[in-house]
Amino acid sequence: MKRLDKHKTVLFLVMLFLVSLQLGKAKSEETERIISITAKKFEYNPSILELKLGEPVVIELKSLDRKHGFKVPALGLETVVKGGETTRVRIVPDKVGEFPFHCSVFCGSGHEDMVGKIVVKK
Amino acid sequence: MKKKEIFDRRDFLKVAGIGGVVFASGLGFFPALGGIAKAAGRKSEDFYFLQLSDTHWGFDGPKVNPESKNTLKKAIESVNSLKFKPDFIVFTGDLTHTTDDEHIRRARMEEFREIIKGLNVQNIKLLPGEHDASLDQGAVFKDVFKSFLPGDTTYYTFIHKGVHFIALDNVSDAEGAVGDVQIAWLKKELAKIKKDAPLILLTHRPLFDLKIEWDWATKDGKQVVDLLLPYKDVTVFYGHIHQENHHKTGHIVHHSAKSLIFPLPPPSPGGSTQRKAPIQWDVAQPFRGLGFRSIQEEAEKVEEIKEWPVVKG
Repeated sequence: MKRLDKHKTVLFLVMLFLVSLQLGKAKSEETERIISITAKKFEYNPSILELKLGEPVVIELKSLDRKHGFKVPALGLETVVKGGETTRVRIVPDKVGEFPFHCSVFCGSGHEDMVGKIVVKK
Repeated sequence: MKKKEIFDRRDFLKVAGIGGVVFASGLGFFPALGGIAKAAGRKSEDFYFLQLSDTHWGFDGPKVNPESKNTLKKAIESVNSLKFKPDFIVFTGDLTHTTDDEHIRRARMEEFREIIKGLNVQNIKLLPGEHDASLDQGAVFKDVFKSFLPGDTTYYTFIHKGVHFIALDNVSDAEGAVGDVQIAWLKKELAKIKKDAPLILLTHRPLFDLKIEWDWATKDGKQVVDLLLPYKDVTVFYGHIHQENHHKTGHIVHHSAKSLIFPLPPPSPGGSTQRKAPIQWDVAQPFRGLGFRSIQEEAEKVEEIKEWPVVKG
């Protein structure tokens, strides 16, 4: 009986820990800087994003027309957003420099021009 | 095929001056097929085929190619004037330049289909590029070019004089992937082929990460390459990047073809923010960057890949 109680206590503590982690994460994301970008054929607005080294940022991407992608190969970031929808991607820049991004979903004649860059400064 | 004949042909192609030309031979003068006959243990049978790519029919950009309405036709004239007819011709994608208007897109494909009827070799293999197929998952392409496709898919296999060819579609998925269905199909097809048999892959996008920033990759290309690695003699011919490029992943060789509409700059070092802008037309050197290539290998000795200047027809 005592053994069962001990297991229940451990389980309760683990669950409590996980819940607190989730709450903490949600809290931190709420306080993080949000950069909103719109995507439409064949541009991002803004197309240059300035970030600070080590500062967590949430990039909020909204498509104004069709499905688009947002891929930053050098930072290992990739997301896709459907027309009229919004998606979020979190980034904590860990290196300084200029990192190009592009639309990773072919969206028509002009797709090649749908590019931008993330500039990470100290 | 005697060496002299090959050189005669190459010289002739120099005069023809347009298109991507690939020689293949079981006698080992072509690196992709080097030693085919020996590996397969059969009597050699020489042949060559042409690879043309990225014709972008319907493209309109005078600064980039003021001859856009004539370039494909000039290429066809050049092909037709070859002293030796190729066994077949493959177009590795972006046959047309895309547009959001499905009717215009279809019209461009129909025009392309009519124009290539002018080729004097009608054994023609077609692959889609993203401009042809990505906006509708290849629906219009399959409809317009159904007579060129062996089945109801844009990926297929064929055997020519003992050489296995596999055409892969890495563009109908707008994210540039081959996809699980096609990979499962590829596994089944590869299972039918001996590991030492010569194998040629035809694709539009590169199967390796040539420059991801410029979309010069296939999202799940590594899965395809991993499936090919057990095969000893694999060569990939692709388009998409509008220039010649040669690359090896393990022992697999990848060759890209030049475009027949405009050249693109060479891939800059990874991470560079340089734009992928078409190289502008050079009045002093018309058709610059739209040349052809001949590839040959002296028996088990030297691999020669030579570029020939484009001569305005």
